[in-house]
Amino acid sequence: MHNDTLQRNYLYQRIVFLILKVVTIFVVGVLFFVLFYIFSKGIGTVLRGSFWIEIPKDGLSGGGILPAIVGTTLLTLLSILLSSAVGIPAGIFMAEYAPKKSILKVLVDIMTNNLAGIPSIVFGLFGMSLFVIQLNFGDSILAGSLTLAIMVLPVIIRTTEQAVKAVPDELRLASIGMGATKFQTIWRIILPVSFPRIITGIILSIGRVAGETAPILFTVAALYLPQLPRSIFDQVMALPYHLYVLCVSSPDPQKSLPQAFGTALVLLLMVLVLNLIATYIRNQYKRKYKLK
Amino acid sequence: MFKLEAIDVNVYYGDKHAIKNVSMAIPRNSVVALIGPSGCGKSTFLRLFNRMNDLIEGIRIEGKVLLDGIDIYSKDIDPVEVRKRVGMVFQKPTPFPKSIFENVAYGLRINNVKNERYIKEQVEKALHQAALWEEVHKDLKKSALALSGGQQQRLCIARALAVEPSVLLMDEPTSALDPISTAKIEQLIGQLKNNYTIVIVTHNMHQAGRVSDKTGFFNMGVLVEYENTKKIFTHPSHRETENYITGRFG
Repeated sequence: MHNDTLQRNYLYQRIVFLILKVVTIFVVGVLFFVLFYIFSKGIGTVLRGSFWIEIPKDGLSGGGILPAIVGTTLLTLLSILLSSAVGIPAGIFMAEYAPKKSILKVLVDIMTNNLAGIPSIVFGLFGMSLFVIQLNFGDSILAGSLTLAIMVLPVIIRTTEQAVKAVPDELRLASIGMGATKFQTIWRIILPVSFPRIITGIILSIGRVAGETAPILFTVAALYLPQLPRSIFDQVMALPYHLYVLCVSSPDPQKSLPQAFGTALVLLLMVLVLNLIATYIRNQYKRKYKLK
Repeated sequence: MFKLEAIDVNVYYGDKHAIKNVSMAIPRNSVVALIGPSGCGKSTFLRLFNRMNDLIEGIRIEGKVLLDGIDIYSKDIDPVEVRKRVGMVFQKPTPFPKSIFENVAYGLRINNVKNERYIKEQVEKALHQAALWEEVHKDLKKSALALSGGQQQRLCIARALAVEPSVLLMDEPTSALDPISTAKIEQLIGQLKNNYTIVIVTHNMHQAGRVSDKTGFFNMGVLVEYENTKKIFTHPSHRETENYITGRFG
């Protein structure tokens, strides 16, 4: 009798594990299928060397996508730089300085929670009216980067705040106990310890910024611009928007479909490479100081 | 003059009266052990001497705490300066995620010492004092987090010593360590006594007996008895102390 129960429970447990396993494999499988599909459709185009170094030709159905690659690279780097420059100090302030129930902290909390959920097209509209029109930056890399930066600002603030909060109090006390000021403690102990986690926030933001179309639609993205930008006040082409254009408003969408898959693959590869670089920096850093 | 002196000190956390009218005088170059059951206030009392309690929200401190005759709670005293003179070692080893060398150099760096040769000398001296030099002198550039727990704790002692404080506070410094590391640190305390005044909180009665000259027994925020260690462990004046020391409560 007792043995029966044991066996039954064991069987039950194995069935549950099996179900979990199947579901996991299914989810991962779908993801891999998407990647494989894009890869197989786009690889032919991408392997054509000219695709990387030429401007679009033949009514967008030939040539390369160099201006879009350059555009997205610039937009990503500049917007990450801008949002980090503001977001990391803000996150530190939220975690270390802002009194728990101060109005400022509550406001920033509400802002970071809600801004993260706002559809990106709304940021696009905001960026257009503020940066493009009000501040008269025009459709430009500057306006686009600022818009993207504001979009990912909540993510950077939040991950920085959490990274700083995750630093064990013992380290803070040990530093203060040595006669360090609070600022010295933050600069010399807390920031280095939380650095890998802050990088994680930046990695998440890179993917988001590089792939978004809506925020750059009204602020920087050019439909077709066969030249590279000369300053941050120029317009640029960008990969996600170019992909959209190729699929929807090219003269012959059928003919430009291989270009579209090539563009999608380049975008994927770019995000992947930027992520790998950031992850590498993070891991090197962790290894150097034996951080967990 | 005493090295440290607490005069009629009261500490409140909100409504809780954590330290009740405690006075204690600590002679120069002596080791004083603070013992008592958990929550008796001995750690709170220890932290009065380097103003670490200031960091706790809603705390109120009354009375005087003198370091070399100067009240460290008077308005014109910067707590940061106090902590530079009164070093502290915590229960859990707290190495910074830096190299062994930079850990020990930390106190000098935050004091804006720029003379690299002087820093090197101080680091070496402190590591010698903490009986760690032999074990780490080839690996000064390695991360301090790679050291064992006992080594990390001695590193923290070296870190505190490098800025040449005159007082060393230790809050259960061996409770997270194995017996061999504990023995090493106790031996170290015996040597450091020649140059420093040491106040140590410990849960280990035998440790108090081995390392200290005087022992203070706390219970429920009150300093029940403060006497020469020998006396307190052989002829305690109070029943409470005797019960605690013989393991009948606590």
